[in-house]
Amino acid sequence: MPQSDNQPLLRARGLRKVFPGTIALDGVDFWLEAGEVHALLGENGAGKSTLIKCLTGAYRRDGGDILLNGDMIDPKGTIDAQAYGIGTVYQEVNLLPNLTVAENLCLGHQPTRFGMISTRAMNRRAREVLSQFGLDIDVARSLASYSVAVQQVIAIARAVTLSGKVLILDEPTASLDSHEVDLVFGVVRSLRERGLGIIFISHFLDQIFEITDRVTVLRNGRLVGTEATRDIDRVRLVNLMLGRELEQEVRSHGKTHAAAGEPRLTFTGFGRKGSIEPFDLSIRPGEVVGIAGLLGSGRTETAEVLFGVAAHDSGEARRGDGTALRLTSPREAIAAGFGFCPEDRKTDGVIADLTVRENIALALQARIGWMRRIPAREQRAMANDYIRKLDIRTPDAEKPVGLLSGGNQQKVMLARWLVTNPSFLILDEPTRGIDVGAHAEIIRLIEDLCAQGMSLLVISSELDELVAYSHRVIVVRDRHHVAELAGGDITTDNMVRAIAAPEREAIN
Amino acid sequence: MSLNARLLPLAATLVIFLVAYAVCYAQYPAMLSTRVIGNLLTDNAFLGIVAVGMTFVIISGGIDLSVGSVIAFAGVFIAVMLRDTSLHPLTVFSLLLLLTTLFGASMGAVIHYLEMPAFIVTLAGMFLARGMAYVLSIDAVPITHEFYDYMQRLYWLMPGKGRLTLIGGLMLLVVVAGSLLAHRTRFGMNVYAIGGGAQTASLMGVPLARTTMAIYALSGLLAGLAGIVFSIYTSAGYSLATVGVELDAIAAVVIGGTLLTGGSGFVAGTLIGVLIMGLIQTYIIFDGSLSSWWTKILIGMLLFAFIVLQKGLVWTTAKRRIAGG
Repeated sequence: MPQSDNQPLLRARGLRKVFPGTIALDGVDFWLEAGEVHALLGENGAGKSTLIKCLTGAYRRDGGDILLNGDMIDPKGTIDAQAYGIGTVYQEVNLLPNLTVAENLCLGHQPTRFGMISTRAMNRRAREVLSQFGLDIDVARSLASYSVAVQQVIAIARAVTLSGKVLILDEPTASLDSHEVDLVFGVVRSLRERGLGIIFISHFLDQIFEITDRVTVLRNGRLVGTEATRDIDRVRLVNLMLGRELEQEVRSHGKTHAAAGEPRLTFTGFGRKGSIEPFDLSIRPGEVVGIAGLLGSGRTETAEVLFGVAAHDSGEARRGDGTALRLTSPREAIAAGFGFCPEDRKTDGVIADLTVRENIALALQARIGWMRRIPAREQRAMANDYIRKLDIRTPDAEKPVGLLSGGNQQKVMLARWLVTNPSFLILDEPTRGIDVGAHAEIIRLIEDLCAQGMSLLVISSELDELVAYSHRVIVVRDRHHVAELAGGDITTDNMVRAIAAPEREAIN
Repeated sequence: MSLNARLLPLAATLVIFLVAYAVCYAQYPAMLSTRVIGNLLTDNAFLGIVAVGMTFVIISGGIDLSVGSVIAFAGVFIAVMLRDTSLHPLTVFSLLLLLTTLFGASMGAVIHYLEMPAFIVTLAGMFLARGMAYVLSIDAVPITHEFYDYMQRLYWLMPGKGRLTLIGGLMLLVVVAGSLLAHRTRFGMNVYAIGGGAQTASLMGVPLARTTMAIYALSGLLAGLAGIVFSIYTSAGYSLATVGVELDAIAAVVIGGTLLTGGSGFVAGTLIGVLIMGLIQTYIIFDGSLSSWWTKILIGMLLFAFIVLQKGLVWTTAKRRIAGG
């Protein structure tokens, strides 16, 4: 890895960005050398994309400096950043499918003669540019006629042609197969040799070890560490990403008695092609089953298949008494007494413009049917009841949920399911993006619920948290349920080992 | 697929036009004469011009419902100005074009800056322009000016005694200029880019505000020009004229192979679309016994066929992409 004695190519000092309710970036330092591929790692909400957006000016940062070759810069937007030499390629190809390859490459910079675009010169230039990237394709055809991998390379080519110093790749390989990844990586390597500084975001560990020189890990908006990729192993990397810094208060909490008795629900061979491989799962009353795994490993997919968001295409579900359950839509799942708090509160969960009361009443209303409206007084009583029970910090029940902090939004969402009195509740990242105090409260709540005999399935990237409340933990990797830990075996070390284990090594 | 998928709608339009013409010719051999062609161009000159502007608007993913009213306004404006002032028609024309261009640009500004749907903004523009025409004159105002007589007499005698009139020629000129503007300039590329995805286009550096305003300004300009052509064609200005022409223009654009969802299309296709619509009308006139409403029915069926064709194209492209094409 080239090390320069002088200024790094790009440097961020003490970057800070605050959103209502959360600190997205908390004094993050980051530097990028010329001629290196630098991985940026972290779970959802760790601050990766916020950092990128601050670097490219898509967000206004609330504090900190950005230096390019030692000079302070203040990009006002992605176009401005491009002029400084910082180009970005996103996971979703940001090119225009209706234009030709050449038009996409040259948009805004077309070669003209007498004010007219010279199509021939444009196509020639596009061919020249792409040949540097090892692509020999018909540039006069529309972009849509090429595969995503080729489009991705074209996007990289455009970004490099227009900027040429720093290239930010935001999960460029997320929708590519392994052969296509090789194509993109070939291009990335040749750009590294040309001396570009490349920031590479991916949650595929194999790819991180294959292509990057250094790794920076973020968690909860804070810098966890920057290390040379060759000095770090998978276990340590997973440790850094998932971390272990839960408050002592939570950790000391005693676990409720491991639930015994007949399972309440049994899923056998449950799965969905392309999303999660078939798995078996049984859950008893009063039991908390944790799901551990990295982003994209199939943990959220497990929840979605169980709740019918993405209907399963194999396997079956039965109640404890042996009756079969139909679970092909959330409606059926709700009717069966399931509840599901999804991962992304903002887009999938609470409805920000509705009040606390309306949000809480939503699921119950859906369950009893739209024709029988819940009387306003009853709604109010219900909302006030849960505001008190869950300690939701809001001046009153008529405040729009969007104005509450993340932790309180999470509680509103929990309350929404609790009023329907579910027997099986799925929580996907219930503690994401909320402050430490609220964190502990949510965990206490989980323990209370299971003491009341509810069955819970909790997905979390906070491994310590899983240790604290789970009776069993299922580890997910590469869309498989690879390991199940129970009782004393539930330790962060065991989970990290199971998550980090490379492909072939079987863990049981 | 050797033929570029983008060219398919255009090719389909061309084939339909040729087949339709062949059918007409089989029944009425007189249809294949430069006279009929000359009349086709003259009769549809104003529609063709306004449809070129509409093509740009639709390629950018928008719509302009105001153009029919603007044509009516233009006719009344010219007629009243020539009646009440001693200004030369050319001066009146320049004033009018300035007015309609600004009108279009301000609609574009409202669409962009207030983030309003083009449908609503230009619907408001439609009422506004029609209302302004009424304010100027409720009655039809005849235009009597020697310069108008002169322009109406101007034509180029094609082989076969067909006449390419001034306004017919003007339309062809507008089509050629529009084609160059669409395919050979940065502005044109930006229009396609916005139609492909405004957000992405903006990320790629396309100036959204300027381009959106320019697109509607162009549509306004061409609507004004179409108004001038219509006034030469009818020698009058009437506030109730050209009701629904915006819809004819949209139909011509879609039949011409432009995707209503934006991002793809050809100005040349629009010309063919206009000619197909004109041809149906001519056929009905030749027949003599058919009700003129058959024009609408046939155009409706054609439109529907094209929407199905476009959807089919989108599906097949999507499928090929999934298959890893």
